Amino acid sequence: MSWLSPSDWQAVALSLKVAGWATALSLPPGVFMAYALARWRFPGRGLVNGVVHLPLILPPVVTGYLLLIGFAPNGVIGGVLAKLGITLAFTWRGAALAAAVMAFPLMVRAIRLAIEAVDPKLEEAAATLGASRLWVFATITLPLIVPGILAGAITAFAKAMGEFGATITFVSNIPGQTQTLPLAIYSQLQVPGGEASAARLAAVSVTLALGALLASEWLARRIAARIAGGNG
Amino acid sequence: MLEIALHHRHTGFTLDIGLRAPDGVTALFGPSGAGKTTVVNAVAGLLRPERGRIAVNGEVLLDTEAGIFLPPHARRVGYVFQDARLFPHLSVKSNLLYGRRFASSRKDGSEIDRIVEMLGLGALLERRPASLSGGEKSRVALGRAILSNPRMLLMDEPLAALDAARKAEILPYFERLRDEFQLPILYVSHAPAEVARLATTVALIEAGHLRGIGPAREILSDPSLAPALGMREAGAVISGRVVAQEEDGLARIETAGGEVLLPYPSGQPGQALRLRIHAGDVTLSVPRPAGLSALNILPVVIKQIRPADGPSVYLRLALGGEHLLARLTTRSVSALGLTEGRMCHAIIKAMSVASEDVG
Repeated sequence: MSWLSPSDWQAVALSLKVAGWATALSLPPGVFMAYALARWRFPGRGLVNGVVHLPLILPPVVTGYLLLIGFAPNGVIGGVLAKLGITLAFTWRGAALAAAVMAFPLMVRAIRLAIEAVDPKLEEAAATLGASRLWVFATITLPLIVPGILAGAITAFAKAMGEFGATITFVSNIPGQTQTLPLAIYSQLQVPGGEASAARLAAVSVTLALGALLASEWLARRIAARIAGGNG
Repeated sequence: MLEIALHHRHTGFTLDIGLRAPDGVTALFGPSGAGKTTVVNAVAGLLRPERGRIAVNGEVLLDTEAGIFLPPHARRVGYVFQDARLFPHLSVKSNLLYGRRFASSRKDGSEIDRIVEMLGLGALLERRPASLSGGEKSRVALGRAILSNPRMLLMDEPLAALDAARKAEILPYFERLRDEFQLPILYVSHAPAEVARLATTVALIEAGHLRGIGPAREILSDPSLAPALGMREAGAVISGRVVAQEEDGLARIETAGGEVLLPYPSGQPGQALRLRIHAGDVTLSVPRPAGLSALNILPVVIKQIRPADGPSVYLRLALGGEHLLARLTTRSVSALGLTEGRMCHAIIKAMSVASEDVG
């Protein structure tokens, strides 16, 4: 893909890094949250569910704004992180956080559906065979929801790759720092003669998204066949 | 010894049961919705009753008064579910060995091989549950429960999902299990044929309450409990021993009250059997009848007469040291002048005894 300019490459690489970290770091809490929402009945469950899904319905600008308030060096959480030497605002880490927050509800949804499809009777059976809750989760629930986790991760990754509004609000549009693919496309469209570059980046964007989707479909089908399959 | 005392309410249903069962197979027997599964789930720890106490061989699993509730994984009760509940993502072998890693004392390799062989699972080990037949799934579920090295077994209608042919295939495995492993077994069923074949003790449960408990022979031949067993299903169990296999496919079987001829093509001389005789299949005659096509005529003494629903009564008949149950019309009983203590003859057509009732 030598037809991409070095700055184009920079945007693609940054996007992959941001989306990769966003997906990887939100997976464990995503699985936990999905499990809690699917299987536990606790006071405030509706509220938690609402908060998790909020980024899905809130204008992304508002999410970005709230992140800015919370995670700016003088913000509540940002202040604590600043003392630890971690800066999020206007860095790629902040872009990853914004992408993760925006993608989180999609990930939780996919995994939660997978958990709800696991028959609790199987988990009961495992318990009667001596498996504690953690063992039941590790040996029964988790293997059975792998396709769902995969689907959730891919969806989250794709969403993170495309995140625009919250990112530009929270961490701005700094080439090499926070200028991900969509932000680069947007910037190219703002300058005269940038259409060709924008088109190339858009093509990359489409290819990556489609590739991820196809890969996840294929993997999920293989895993589902392995789980249910008669021939191991 | 299994001690169960439970009080539990949910959605308009009250379970209030107290029972003590000796070792062996205790059948929780009764109509659907009587609360049998609730009892078993409480023993397994899958259900937390409002009040209760459950102990197996003196070890307390639940005591609400003392605040004891052992979680399911700490109870070591092997549960064989009606729907097998095999883990779909694991091979048969991994399913069988699932509970092993959690067991405090493990069964060694030869013990595993013995159970695999006993249940006929050798050829299935590498297969996935999805490719197994219903009967095979039941056997794997049974093996999985035993291999978790439990202190007792719970079985909730493990045969209910199978057709008659599969049931006939599986029952002998359960019998071997009962005889070879000295484990207390709580067996839920609403099928009298299974109960008659397997149970040492029968606990009859109706609408959340215990109607009667005792040795299988006593309960199944009790005329006052017979209506609860169901009109078509009431029948006593007697034991027998194959004397000889006749060439016409009938087996000559020795019972406490004399020899009988019944259809049982695969009997080996000396083999011990349980025979279930339906109450409706027993005819009574005061003098010994002659010129009758029925092959089995046994001298009996009428022990008890109890009214049943409609125009019929149940009679408990002493046959040697055991009991038969007969259902006759009130009209016949008064016409023949049958009273308690009277000697008469029980007539049983060989062909009225189904093959599933002999074994």
